[in-house]
Amino acid sequence: MSDLALNGITLRRRSRVVLDAVDARFLGGRLTAVIGPNGAGKSSLLDVAAGLLVPDAGSVTLGGEPLRAIGRTALARRRAYLPQSPRIDWAISVERVVALGLTAHLPAFGGLPLRWQPQINAALARYDLADLRDRPATELSGGELARVMLARATVGSPEILIVDEPTAGLDPRHALDAGRRLRALADEGCTVIVALHDLDLALRIADDAVALKQGHVVAAGPVDAVFTDAVLGSLYDVGVSVRHDGSGATIRFTD
Amino acid sequence: MSRWLIWALILLLLVLSAVSLLAGTVWLDPAQTLAALFDPHPDLARLIVTEVRLPRLVLALLVGGILGLSGAVLQGLLRNPLAEPGLLGVSSGASLGAVIALYYGFSASFALATPLFGLAGALLTIGVALALSRLGGTLALILAGVAVSSIAGAGVNLALNLAPNPFAAYEIMTWLMGSLTDRSWDHVLLAAPFILLGGAMLLLTGRALDALALGEAQAESLGIDVRRIRLLALLGTAFGVGAATAVTGAIGFVGLIAPHIVRPLVGHRPGATLVPATLVGAAIVLTADIATRVLRVGADIKLGVFISVVGAPFFLWLVLHVRRTAP
Repeated sequence: MSDLALNGITLRRRSRVVLDAVDARFLGGRLTAVIGPNGAGKSSLLDVAAGLLVPDAGSVTLGGEPLRAIGRTALARRRAYLPQSPRIDWAISVERVVALGLTAHLPAFGGLPLRWQPQINAALARYDLADLRDRPATELSGGELARVMLARATVGSPEILIVDEPTAGLDPRHALDAGRRLRALADEGCTVIVALHDLDLALRIADDAVALKQGHVVAAGPVDAVFTDAVLGSLYDVGVSVRHDGSGATIRFTD
Repeated sequence: MSRWLIWALILLLLVLSAVSLLAGTVWLDPAQTLAALFDPHPDLARLIVTEVRLPRLVLALLVGGILGLSGAVLQGLLRNPLAEPGLLGVSSGASLGAVIALYYGFSASFALATPLFGLAGALLTIGVALALSRLGGTLALILAGVAVSSIAGAGVNLALNLAPNPFAAYEIMTWLMGSLTDRSWDHVLLAAPFILLGGAMLLLTGRALDALALGEAQAESLGIDVRRIRLLALLGTAFGVGAATAVTGAIGFVGLIAPHIVRPLVGHRPGATLVPATLVGAAIVLTADIATRVLRVGADIKLGVFISVVGAPFFLWLVLHVRRTAP
């Protein structure tokens, strides 16, 4: 299992500082929720962690090795990434969309090698997509597309999965379903990093949390240590009470 | 899989190529054509086949192929079903270069001046478009292409406006209409290396175009160097379509239509459209070239005009037809 570590990451967009000397550690085989208000720098943090944005200062290491030393293709085989509200531009079949997750494993030319078919079938079955495999991906509902994208991201069995707001635009049932599937991946040993606005869901599925505000890490650690009235209150600048009862915990916001 | 489609298209091209060698003002029968191809003794049939129709056939295949291929690559790269080589200013840049050669009379003193200037114009416009869009993404590239294309178009209009005499204006207009008439092996030799080089660069983008269907962020995360792919696609288009436009004049619609025809047949995967779109592009230009020779309605119909007249309504129908499957 590979730890992903961000060391002193500073990222600027034009003159604005988006991430300011951020240190964060994402432990192997655990699910870490990245939380914070809009504009806190969550998506930028995820992009830097995924190696898609090069920070102005600091370094990202995967299992102790700097991301830049790993190389583009090798990194793509080990790390999967899903941006917020992913979409597909052409009417490609669900099966071929899922197969796109294997791009880094494929030769530069030619069709899809047959030896990958079992993995694709397994991903389709796991995400309940077997009946949809020939459906154009442009004709899917939001919940179906979310499952297709998760299947796409995990078909190559990555060590690390980075997901930005997987529940945006999903109804409660599909949001819970997405959360459950991410939890299952972490239980199988995948390092999962997920940015979430849905704090109840984060509390339900995450092992650890990183709280981000205005480009700074406000709190980080096991989820129970981060999801406290004081931390969440100062993070969102509203009154917060975290209530624990027999069925789990709920978060209530007050003015 | 699209393999049967590729073989069917190759067969179609072989049939069209045979017809192209036989058809024209002087109709030849197959025996005459074969004899002309392989008999070393010069006669009229041999002259027609080897010096007129064969270079024309080769050019039609090369030009049509690169237009179709470039259209397929640009539609995949820009994730826009309306993208085509003309969008980035390559065609208008080549036109402006050629028009300058015609306007200043370089073409009168040196036959290949027009295509050479055209090629230089194409490379220059794509260079400017690339420089303008260096910091932005896809949209910046499209906007830069449109801007450069408009400037080149304005230059062409200015040349027409200021033409020293009606004959110069006529010559420019005729060239702009696009044609394969009177093209020789010299034109083939000038254009072929650039078209083949551009084609090879464009074919290298296939796998990346598939990944780009998921958007640039996901493509990057899948190990695709999007900047490199963009550069490869643009330079490939500049070399290939630039050289094609430089020898034949502007031929529109092929790059737009060819990918649309093959897309439903290959499951809409952008990378899978490249080879079939190349073959369909070649078939369209070759068919149109045969048609302009066989259909005699008064004056000569120029190839570019013919393709536009047939292609535009066909494209309209296509847009209405494929709207169901478009995202």
